[in-house]
Amino acid sequence: MHWFSRPASDTQITHGQRLWLYILAAIIMVLLVAPTLIVVPMSFSASQYLEFPPQEWSLRWYESYFSSTAWMQATKTSLTAGVLTMLMATPLGVAAAYGLHVSLHPWARGIFVLLITPMMIPVILIAIGAFYAYVQIGLVNSLFGLVIAHSILALPLVLIVVSAGLKSFDMNQEAAARSLGASRLTAFLTVNLPQIRFSVITAAVLSFLTSFDEVIIAMFVSGGQNSTLTRNMFNALRDQIDPTIAAISTIMIVVSSGALLLAQVFGKSKN
Amino acid sequence: MMTMINASGLSSDARRERIALLGLTSPAVMVVMLVMVVPVGWLFYLSFIGSDGTVSMENYRRMLDSRSYTRIFVTTFQVSMLTTVLCILIGYPLAYFLSQLPARAANICMLAVLLPFWTSLLVRTYAWLVLLQRQGILNRWAIDIGLLDEPVQLVHNMTGTLIGMVHIMLPFLILPLYSSMKAISPDLMRASSNLGASPARAFWTIFFPLSLPGLFAGALIVFVLSLGFFVTPAVLGGGRVVMVSMQIASNIELFFNWGAASALGVVLLVLTLGILFVASRFLKLDTIVAKGH
Repeated sequence: MHWFSRPASDTQITHGQRLWLYILAAIIMVLLVAPTLIVVPMSFSASQYLEFPPQEWSLRWYESYFSSTAWMQATKTSLTAGVLTMLMATPLGVAAAYGLHVSLHPWARGIFVLLITPMMIPVILIAIGAFYAYVQIGLVNSLFGLVIAHSILALPLVLIVVSAGLKSFDMNQEAAARSLGASRLTAFLTVNLPQIRFSVITAAVLSFLTSFDEVIIAMFVSGGQNSTLTRNMFNALRDQIDPTIAAISTIMIVVSSGALLLAQVFGKSKN
Repeated sequence: MMTMINASGLSSDARRERIALLGLTSPAVMVVMLVMVVPVGWLFYLSFIGSDGTVSMENYRRMLDSRSYTRIFVTTFQVSMLTTVLCILIGYPLAYFLSQLPARAANICMLAVLLPFWTSLLVRTYAWLVLLQRQGILNRWAIDIGLLDEPVQLVHNMTGTLIGMVHIMLPFLILPLYSSMKAISPDLMRASSNLGASPARAFWTIFFPLSLPGLFAGALIVFVLSLGFFVTPAVLGGGRVVMVSMQIASNIELFFNWGAASALGVVLLVLTLGILFVASRFLKLDTIVAKGH
């Protein structure tokens, strides 16, 4: 009970007086996390209707997912698009971040704003714009079209994360390497890059997730053999609540938490 | 004379290098130009083409004349406004709580904000659909404990849409707010208490005003993102909540009306960029965005 009367901050307010805040915060945190996580046990239910807690456990919805060629094809498309987006957005974003960081050109500011616009304007506009352009040049339903559209969504994230990394990097080290005869490229690859690698990895993970989770662009420019997982899920949601989606959602939660964990672990080793 | 030549030579070298380094951004700029700027410019052009193929303001006039288009804009504003207000009311206490915790505990509790932030938006929307439906967990529990006699309609309407949107937008408010709260020096609170202020007074006169820039930044992001929202209202609104971006999509998917869709898109874009531009006069936008991650 001592704890209640101990001061909680410099204002001498006690933990007891702040109890309402702790309870409120706990409720909000539960509300933030629980709705998503509750899908996990439900996906193991044997019933046609989603139950919590499930009366009977089974793997039938996972079987229905893994045995469906349509879902498997969509999963493959999503994973491929995610990896390709990562491979495209990360180098482009890192090059741009470095260029903007070292160039004192008056245009640098404007270019930065241009490159982060895709994350600020409504995605539906990018989606229908890309759709319109792809119809003209025959890129609709192609993996390549999907990947470049997803890449411009991922670019702002890469740019922001890597720029932040470069800001905390001591540029004198690069200057030292170059004064000892290294070219700019060699200096960047051997001196800068190893030290900003945590930002680069975080940026790469974010690019993958951006593409993997994206719905609206995928709805318009992907289709047929190249339908993404999210596109099929969204279409299924509009019609009925198929418990297979709970199983897929669980897998997606595992993928995102894994990515978050990866980023947290790498982020920690930076400090 | 020599130094003069050197000086001009050096400055032209420096200029050339600045341009070469700026060239590193060109692949990224090119992709953004080709996939975003040019197509959106094309939509801009299409929005001024009427159904008969000539230049006209038809598509914009429809927005002013048609009752249903007015309603869509009102709904969009309503949803965005309510989402922002609810996010502030729920997010502020949590951000404050997190900012007061010791580093280790804060890192752990922060996961409650980051986990949903990293989880697919579609998955979270789906989860709410499952929870809120007529036969869903919330209705069943409420009946079991005697709170309700019969299930209430929680989803496929405005209520469901708002619950889902607030849940999805909360991290966008909390993250910038939290970092602005962390930047407030605890010395100020100590000093105010030293000078005799009660904890409540110290909070309202010192802490709260200093946290406002972070709050505005977060609220701005939430509002702007809400304006263009699509997935959550489409799934949880059940057709009763029609936002601008949903109308754009159906104009294309159902009616193949590029003119009408483009005009709506242009208005949405102008609104979004207008709000961001006005706000950027007061706030440093790139620092806000950077704090989101």
